[in-house]
Amino acid sequence: MKDYQAAYIKLALPKGRFLSPTASLLAEIDLGFEGYSDKTKQYRLRSARFPSLSAKILQEKDIPIQVAVGNYDLGICGLDWVEEFLVKYPAGALVKIASLNYGEGGIHVVTSAQAGITSLDELSARRNDCRIVSEYPNLAEAFALNLRMRRFRIFPVWGAAEAYPPENADLAVLWGRSRAHIATQGLIPLEKLLPVTAFLIANRESLENKDLSRILMCFDSKLTADLPACSPYDFGRRAEAWQAGPQTSIEHELNIRKELKISRPSWPAKEINLALPDGHQQASTAQFLKQAGLTVQGYAEEVVRRRPSADLDWLGIKVIRPQDIPLQVANGNFDLAITGEDWLREHLCRFPSSPVKKLFALGLGTVKVVAAVSQEMPVADIDELRSFVQSSKFAPLRVASEYINIADKYLRDNHINPYKLIPTWGASEAFLPEDADMLIDNTQTGKTLKQHQLKIIDVLFQSSACLIANKDSLASSDRKEKMKFLTQKLRAGLL
Amino acid sequence: MQDLLPEDMLRFRRIEDTFRTCCRNWGYQEVRTPTLEYLYLFTATGTLTPSMLSKVYSFLDWDGWSGERVVLRPDGTISVARLYIDNLSEQELARLFYVTNIFAFEGTGKKNRERWQCGAEFFGGAKLAPDVEIVLLAEEVIRRLGISNVRLQLSHAGLVKALLKEFNLSPAEEAKMTNRILEGNWQALTKAKSTTPEIDRLMAALLGLKGKSSSFLHNVRASFPKVSRDFKSSLEDFLSITTLLDNLGCSYEIDIAAIHGFEYYTGICFQFLAAGEKIGGGGRYDKLVPLMNGEDIPACGFALYVDPLMKLLPLEKEKKGGSGILVKGQSLTPEIVKACFAVAESLRDAGHLAELDFTGREESNYRWVILVSGKKPSPFVLTDCVQKRRREVASMAEILKVVSEG
Repeated sequence: MKDYQAAYIKLALPKGRFLSPTASLLAEIDLGFEGYSDKTKQYRLRSARFPSLSAKILQEKDIPIQVAVGNYDLGICGLDWVEEFLVKYPAGALVKIASLNYGEGGIHVVTSAQAGITSLDELSARRNDCRIVSEYPNLAEAFALNLRMRRFRIFPVWGAAEAYPPENADLAVLWGRSRAHIATQGLIPLEKLLPVTAFLIANRESLENKDLSRILMCFDSKLTADLPACSPYDFGRRAEAWQAGPQTSIEHELNIRKELKISRPSWPAKEINLALPDGHQQASTAQFLKQAGLTVQGYAEEVVRRRPSADLDWLGIKVIRPQDIPLQVANGNFDLAITGEDWLREHLCRFPSSPVKKLFALGLGTVKVVAAVSQEMPVADIDELRSFVQSSKFAPLRVASEYINIADKYLRDNHINPYKLIPTWGASEAFLPEDADMLIDNTQTGKTLKQHQLKIIDVLFQSSACLIANKDSLASSDRKEKMKFLTQKLRAGLL
Repeated sequence: MQDLLPEDMLRFRRIEDTFRTCCRNWGYQEVRTPTLEYLYLFTATGTLTPSMLSKVYSFLDWDGWSGERVVLRPDGTISVARLYIDNLSEQELARLFYVTNIFAFEGTGKKNRERWQCGAEFFGGAKLAPDVEIVLLAEEVIRRLGISNVRLQLSHAGLVKALLKEFNLSPAEEAKMTNRILEGNWQALTKAKSTTPEIDRLMAALLGLKGKSSSFLHNVRASFPKVSRDFKSSLEDFLSITTLLDNLGCSYEIDIAAIHGFEYYTGICFQFLAAGEKIGGGGRYDKLVPLMNGEDIPACGFALYVDPLMKLLPLEKEKKGGSGILVKGQSLTPEIVKACFAVAESLRDAGHLAELDFTGREESNYRWVILVSGKKPSPFVLTDCVQKRRREVASMAEILKVVSEG
């Protein structure tokens, strides 16, 4: 018989924005974990006080899913990711316990002056297509459906949603510190959907069957009885919330702008649009552009400027997440872009007839995309893994990956059957061996994998930064010449 | 998810065949719409309610880089309205019917995600007569299926909307209240603070009483002379339809609360109940075609729900025992196999059901069994399974003669 009293309790802790305040809170309530700090290189932590309590550090976005599937009994992450999950799976296995009362800002629906949208009512009545960009596609869809918008398209992005309006989106659903903070980005807040505070969440079954009381009691002093800041957007009754919510008048927004002395930014349409990656690839890409003799102001800086300027007046440049670039080139928002070959391949696995074409590799930031398993798994290559899975020892094989479409195709092509994909937002190695059996992820040297007792069983491909283009732009009579000019200029940087 | 087994399919086809026959006899033409439709068809106000929209299966189209989303058809009427606008709007009048599956998910994963319905839609035409036509057509299908103790409940969407207006709610509150009412939650409205005692009285009459004929609506009209113009005109419409139904001998009950689920109805709404379950429903939806960028064409229609209807039909066995013939080969030699196939073909050509068997199993559930032995002069042994008689037969012509004479 399973003894729930003595059973291990597993807690999922966030990386990133909530790491420090969560670490302070845990220390304060005597529930500290050694090594839970910004500098940590480990993912697995043990409680100093409770021998039966363990924790793992995960990407915040992964936490609601991991708690819902039962890999963790409890978790701490932002309310935004909790609601993003619950709005799609309201009757699921995820239970909100309480707000932990730290965090800042909220999730807002924003537009730009150029979109010509002045109220939510106007959005419902609008007959033309409305493009909505968001890191929170489920919240964005719920918003659009509850407003009864007639035609809308949701573009899920990995980040940098604020860079899209007005040229590439009419609305964005994104995090903002305050309405004024949103206004400083040249955007108009239309509606606040929910506040972003850290939340304690639990798996329903664990809560019903397992004794979590000792852990919950530690939080006791921190839990607030009523949650005025967090309850107005109970998505269970969201239809009402949307309609009853405060509506913003454009005059009010204009006043905010006046107070903040922000002039209406003008972003004139450019003939050729180029997307550049932020993040890891940014420094080497900036170096490459310099080599090619293309002066881009504001790209090599520490603080990301979403719209750096070039010395060519017909060239518009935006800096967005490399993961989002292929799709943004496919839908014609950009003519040319620099991104990783891995993300191009991920896009083409999902949309094989996409009009995105690779022009040439830049040879920068080369990584290998590999399949890796725990060192303890008695397989040396993918063929052995296939037999191993067939012997049903690990059926279905749980595969964690940032590249779900590449992983899906790889597993199908190699006749691994059955398998289950676990989408992650990076750091897939944290999932093995408890929460996944295999990962498909990129690695530079393989050192990190080794540190986590993993071994590579296959190299899928090598990936470096590359220049990609929209095929229709390449063929377009008015853009052909300038595309050629720019491509040649960049090719010169290869030397 | 559910499988339909042979005995389920017999009932399914009986419903479908009855429905098809009735519709054709009334001059309706069959259409079929695609399983995948664009999501935007269903999102505008006046199509599906937010709670229904939260249950659709939607995903990116194949060219998902454009962000276009498609949906597994969540409703029959809206798809057929789109078909009419795209292809048949030149016609002044269109009577269309369909048998289709619709898809909706729900959190528990326990209920069926795929449901079947038989629907008919009437586009164009004057008012009143089409309303009565669809009620009577639906009733005829149910009657011909032999389902008894069916209750027909009538309501009127225009009347409900006019009633809501009397509460002087803000547009947002009114939209919220409409959704609640469509989800069957009338308490929300009765709890809302009413503006006058007159409205309390009206609500009590409409929600508390169930009319059995148009007289009830006459009484309502007489008791509440001060209602709004919208309310009056909807009441007149409702009265005219119920009077026609009375004259045609159709029995029904008036239940203002019988208006579940669909936001697109504008006029009369009806639903059929049997054994406590809703087996069908329909109504008038004059604003849907213009809302979907079509002409200003009035329309009405109904759908019968196949899944609850199947449960109400008796199980029936395939009528193999009555008329079926089993052709058995004594061995698997090429000559015998060839002779068996030839015999079966002749029997089928003559209109009989002929099944082949080479396993030598004992089988009793047939009218006739023909053993092909290949021996001369009588290569066949014919067994009459009813009379329990067996005889040797020399030729195919003789078999056909005996079998046809029964």
